[in-house]
Amino acid sequence: MIEKAFTAQAWNEAIAIIQSEFALAVWETLYVTVLATLIAIVIGLPLGVLLVVGEKNGVLPLPKWLMAFLGAVINILRSVPFLILMILVIPLTRAIVGTSVGTVASIVPLVIAAFPFIARLVESSLREVNPNIIEMAQSTGATPFQIIVKVMIPESVPSLISNATIAITTILGYSAMSGIIGGGGLGKIAINYGYYRYKYLVMFIAVILLVLIVEIFQRIGTKLAVKSDKRLKH
Amino acid sequence: MIEIKNLSKTFAGRSDPNEDVEALKNVNLSIPDGSIYGIIGMSGAGKSTLVRCINMLERPTEGTVIIDGVDMAALSNKDLRAKRKEVTMIFQSFNLLMQRTCLKNICFPLELIGVKKADAERRAMELLEIVGLPDKANAYPAQLSGGQQQRIAIARALATNPKVLLCDEATSALDPKTTHQILELIKEINRNLGITCIVITHQMSVIEEICGRVAILEKGVVVEEGEVADVFAHPKSTAARHLVYPDGGNSEILALREGEQRIRVVFNGAVATERPLIAQLAKELGIEASILGANTKSIGERAYGNMILGIMGSRDDMLRAKEYLESVADVVVEEVTE
Ligand SMILES: Nc1ncnc2c1ncn2[C@@H]1O[C@H](COP(=O)(O)OP(=O)(O)OP(=O)(O)O)[C@@H](O)[C@H]1O
Ligand SMILES: [Mg+2]
Repeated sequence: MIEKAFTAQAWNEAIAIIQSEFALAVWETLYVTVLATLIAIVIGLPLGVLLVVGEKNGVLPLPKWLMAFLGAVINILRSVPFLILMILVIPLTRAIVGTSVGTVASIVPLVIAAFPFIARLVESSLREVNPNIIEMAQSTGATPFQIIVKVMIPESVPSLISNATIAITTILGYSAMSGIIGGGGLGKIAINYGYYRYKYLVMFIAVILLVLIVEIFQRIGTKLAVKSDKRLKH
Repeated sequence: MIEIKNLSKTFAGRSDPNEDVEALKNVNLSIPDGSIYGIIGMSGAGKSTLVRCINMLERPTEGTVIIDGVDMAALSNKDLRAKRKEVTMIFQSFNLLMQRTCLKNICFPLELIGVKKADAERRAMELLEIVGLPDKANAYPAQLSGGQQQRIAIARALATNPKVLLCDEATSALDPKTTHQILELIKEINRNLGITCIVITHQMSVIEEICGRVAILEKGVVVEEGEVADVFAHPKSTAARHLVYPDGGNSEILALREGEQRIRVVFNGAVATERPLIAQLAKELGIEASILGANTKSIGERAYGNMILGIMGSRDDMLRAKEYLESVADVVVEEVTE
């Protein structure tokens, strides 16, 4: 079966498919991944901040029940497998996008899966901020909001960038999975040709492209994180 | 004037009230405006807790702190934040924002109160001059030595024209030479800007170098308070004696030799440099004395502490030496009989 995947005929077919479909698929993958990541950051970043500052000894202690609720929502969403989550949120997707299939529709489950993950990543980044520096800000008369936007977030930028890289590469993986419920992109190509039509060569090429995209994101992310970190003596 | 009144702070134990930590117990201090006031004590004595109660980073369990007639404990959060512009702080670990340049670190307190960027930067440049680092404006803290980082932290603490500067172990992470330079800078700031400085330390040398008055804290209690010179001359409490004579003052020395007499010479602020005492003993009385142990400090021109002398000779020689040494002001001599 595998040998058949690399015959001359298979190559010709694959090249034809690449020419006609891959450009759009790569674009869809990038567009869905980046957009879903951005929306998830918009939701996840403030939640991650709340998880840290809202604690009993945080800079803006929040009611205990609220913190417990936040933690529970995040943990529940994080523990539902993405495949199941995609199906569970179909009604929500319909309500927001109008349809539950297609590239745009796949953004909804991606965001729902990604924002709790991002909240946890933000939480871990912010916890790395030296508590002495926060105390300095308090002794200087900073408000809790000023401490968040002028101290906690700027001081953890390198770590936030590293974690954003982890997030975007993970979301890229999820976006490929959403090919199953009609999401577009490289994932759809891999599933349609590889799984349903046994054109393994096309599937391999799609997977290789996904790997390449992850690699590119990772390299850019690492470079930015290092470059942004002023703790290193340049 | 900073008045600390009946200040107590108890940290609640995890669950068991027996684990409560009484970090401060009924502390009363008056710190005059424009002074450099030292607070010294061993690790865990409650120094940091005390200084953090002054700006209410730590809320006292009982008592209060009154700065220029304003009861700090009674201020609303908003008024307290405003007051903290007048009572600024420097730390053992400098606590600079590592992702900001030095200039931007100094601008930080000004940014918080909405000073325009250009004005804040102008003020920050002035402060960089004052602390002697005008060329470090665009450097990041990681590129600076510890002493330089503390200078930036001092500049930041001065940005809002404070009346009081709290220094919590500000030189404890620095080597002796850098410590000296930073203390000089604090002295200069105190003199030129009239800022009251409260200096927390566990090192007697820091107190000697810059403080006028000192309070000795032991297990949350102020055991002694007064002019530095007085506390040094007549340490009353055990804690004070430990700090003034860190080696116990009566350190174990060689066993008594055949025909040796011993005396302990106590300096209570004698002007030591006036007469070379041991040399005089030999020259004027023909008595040779060897120093068997010494634990003295000089503050300014004056000597404090004690010294054990071994005199080879008769008991009479010893008594003559005693008489001679006691003719010096502020010197007490006692026989050592073990
Ligand atoms: N947040 C806290 N919770 C519980 N106990 C505390 C807390 N902060 C301080 N303590 C306790 O209070 C006592 C005094 O601590 P403090 O930090 O004031 O000592 P210190 O004199 O500054 O010591 P050091 O020289 O080591 O800095 C210690 O026993 C300490 O364990
Ligand atoms: Mg301390």
